[in-house]
Amino acid sequence: MAAAGILGFGAYVPITRLQRAAIHAANRWYASGLGGLAKGEKAVSGWDEDAVTMAVEAARDCLGGSDRSAIGAVYFASTTAPFADRQNAGIVKEALNLGDTVGSLDAGGSQRAGTSALIAALRASADGGAVLHCAAERVTPTPASEREMLAGDAAAALLIGTGPVIAELVGTHSVTADFVDHFRETGELTDYDWEARWVRDEGYGRLMGDTIVAALEAFGVGGGSIDHFIAPVSVRGVPELLAKKIGIRPEAIADTLGSTVGHAGAAHPTLLLASVLEKATPGQTILLSSFGQGADVLLFRTTERIGEVRPRLGVSGWLARRRAEENYMRYLSFRRLIALDRGMRSEHDQKQSLPALWRNRKGVMALVGGRCTKTGTVQFPRGDVSVNPNDHAIRTQEDYPLAELPARIMTYTADRLTFTPDPPNCYGNIEFDGGGRLMAEFVDIDPQAIEVGAQMRMMFRIKAFDEMRHFRRYFWKAAPAF
Amino acid sequence: MARGIRDKVAILGMGCAKFGERWDKDEDQLMLEAFEEAIGDAGIDSSQIDAAWLGAAFDAVNIGPSGIPLAMALRLDNVGVTKVENYCASGTEAFRGAVYAVASGAADIALALGAEKLKDIGYGGLPVRTRGTSYDMFGVTGSAPGNFAQLASAYRAQHGVAADDLKRAMAHVSVKSHANGAKNPKAHLQKAVTMDQVLGAPIIAEPLGLFDCCGVSDGAACAIVTTPEIARSLGKTDLVTVKALQLCTSNGWEMQGSGWNGSYFHTTRVAATRAYEEAGITSPREQLSLLEVHDCFSITELVTMEDLHISREGEGWRDVLDGFFDADGKIPCQIDGGLKCFGHPIGASGIRMIYENYLQLLGRAGERQRQNPPVFALSHNLGGMPIQNVSSIAIVGLADA
Repeated sequence: MAAAGILGFGAYVPITRLQRAAIHAANRWYASGLGGLAKGEKAVSGWDEDAVTMAVEAARDCLGGSDRSAIGAVYFASTTAPFADRQNAGIVKEALNLGDTVGSLDAGGSQRAGTSALIAALRASADGGAVLHCAAERVTPTPASEREMLAGDAAAALLIGTGPVIAELVGTHSVTADFVDHFRETGELTDYDWEARWVRDEGYGRLMGDTIVAALEAFGVGGGSIDHFIAPVSVRGVPELLAKKIGIRPEAIADTLGSTVGHAGAAHPTLLLASVLEKATPGQTILLSSFGQGADVLLFRTTERIGEVRPRLGVSGWLARRRAEENYMRYLSFRRLIALDRGMRSEHDQKQSLPALWRNRKGVMALVGGRCTKTGTVQFPRGDVSVNPNDHAIRTQEDYPLAELPARIMTYTADRLTFTPDPPNCYGNIEFDGGGRLMAEFVDIDPQAIEVGAQMRMMFRIKAFDEMRHFRRYFWKAAPAF
Repeated sequence: MARGIRDKVAILGMGCAKFGERWDKDEDQLMLEAFEEAIGDAGIDSSQIDAAWLGAAFDAVNIGPSGIPLAMALRLDNVGVTKVENYCASGTEAFRGAVYAVASGAADIALALGAEKLKDIGYGGLPVRTRGTSYDMFGVTGSAPGNFAQLASAYRAQHGVAADDLKRAMAHVSVKSHANGAKNPKAHLQKAVTMDQVLGAPIIAEPLGLFDCCGVSDGAACAIVTTPEIARSLGKTDLVTVKALQLCTSNGWEMQGSGWNGSYFHTTRVAATRAYEEAGITSPREQLSLLEVHDCFSITELVTMEDLHISREGEGWRDVLDGFFDADGKIPCQIDGGLKCFGHPIGASGIRMIYENYLQLLGRAGERQRQNPPVFALSHNLGGMPIQNVSSIAIVGLADA
């Protein structure tokens, strides 16, 4: 069995960074005790994002323009997967325009879901095809709770396999024990948290700490030789407490991104690993741990190739792509924690015909258009008859993926009449480099700063919710190029 | 080239209901209101009508499917009634059906009626609706102002027009139409507005403000057509005949192809060229007397002046500001107030435009009558949105012109 490891990595952090001071300013009258946490910012996704769309962006960040045909399976880990019964990894697979002959797996149920899926991916890939491991989280904490202050939205992706790895797996170690520090029943929106002091002492300190100590013993590695220690815990002081217990140098403790992203739940270990991989140098050890009804521990050693493989933006790039948000009400509305009047225009039925979606899944889910093999004309959507006015050739089109191509704005508006959870609805016609055009909704954009000719990049988002039948329709939107 | 429709069909009578928020009327009552005027003008009995066409765009909202609502509203004599829907061109489309029936000889006298009852939906503007199962999966469910507003962004970029200049020209379009609508007792809006009011109005869809948008209305309009010979045999002396009827439907080139820049209507340009040829008009800027165009939004009217080959490309905004299309200008546009003020009951609008042109040609337009006697009058409908639309043009004129 070949040594498995990490072939590539990527991340996604939503552009909007809600200021914790703004949260506290709104809630201070009620929860004055949270003032100590009212520092820094947390990443919050838009109304049209979920764990799946964020995972897709992280995967695109990881894969870049590389050949995706070697991917043998897609894993998706989250405790906030949008669908309980419709495979979420399958949606990621469609959006990435992977061939149908791939395996897939959803993991959830614990904060440990990300690392457990990663361990499974490392084991599976040792037998053959590469595994695209994605983890994403978008929790909806109770307003005015400590968790609301600490949590953030993010996703990360790793390409796992054998061959030219940038970090090879040294070993894994897992403990499963039904330690319930918090819980969320299926179908519920918010978590219920137990006393933080008990969780810190008995959970992180004892259960997680003991597991890491046992893991290092099993690996035959001393704590002092660890170069990067990833303890994805948002409670202040816990990574330091663990490092001390294990004998890890304080300077080896990885930034938990608490002040910039917040804690991204089951995605957080993978997110921090992606962040560390940006900075690591050859021959370093990376100790990755996670906690949730037990603990997972993974030890990696970077190879000479570390630094050669880079994500499109990576955690640092996404952190730089940032818009500070002071509007807590908008956040609450996007999470449907308050119900603003939406008007009759919002009552439009969004029922999706599933046979139509199946027939058009490449176009809708992966933004694959058509290219006429006779004239080269590109069009979206693909059709049987070419749009070329000089040659309406019939059945000459081949698949032509548009999602990764840059596009430019031809026309635009900022529409305050049509219903959108985030007015004004900015949209317009865009034209892709190399041909093909689309009337697209714009995201992550300043309505006052839209220009004809501006370059855009497509992003996978929720197009609309069918609230009668509890379905969500996905499609691609255009964001200012990044 | 096909021989065309020129002078083969005459208008025997026309009628138009009062447009507006007709809270107290059902659609069949509006249809009757338009019909009574038209049949009285025609001087015939309804049993003489051989076939009828009904234009309605939002049938799902109120009027319901099929031709039955018209047959029932007027108790037509069990003749064939066809319901047509072609977005905002539905009214002209109904007229086209009736005119073609007469021209073919299949009918001696045919009726076209457009009707729409929109003010029952509960909110202003057009009803939000599906554009089809496939389109809804990738298309943007924007508002009508949002769709048409995009013309302005492309027009500015294509022609290097400053945003303020274009905004002022757009405002002039609306100020002019309000001034005209104030003289029209059947108009939905009969109040003049100032440039400052228009420029200061809240934005609906950038850069369109409230007064850049027409509202939607309840209403109906009716035309009864026959051959010139039958019209004369029925005692008509001053005949208005159909000079051209053209319809152009997007085939996806604008939306999917390459070459269109987003600042104009490809379909209107094609339809206009064909219509002038059909009508024998060689210089529209010199020969047309009146325009009733689809001014759903001020920017639509502005670019349409170029698409109809009246203003030069990129110069329409200057003609607008120069007053070329004002009621006392060279070619008055929307002398009845247009969609902007007469109102826009979608399926009725195309026939309402022809109604106004018919009255003007016969000198029956009252206070708003164009003093310089008109000869050729053009009406234009546009359905859909700039990337994907139906454009229709009807030119009517005096029979001997």
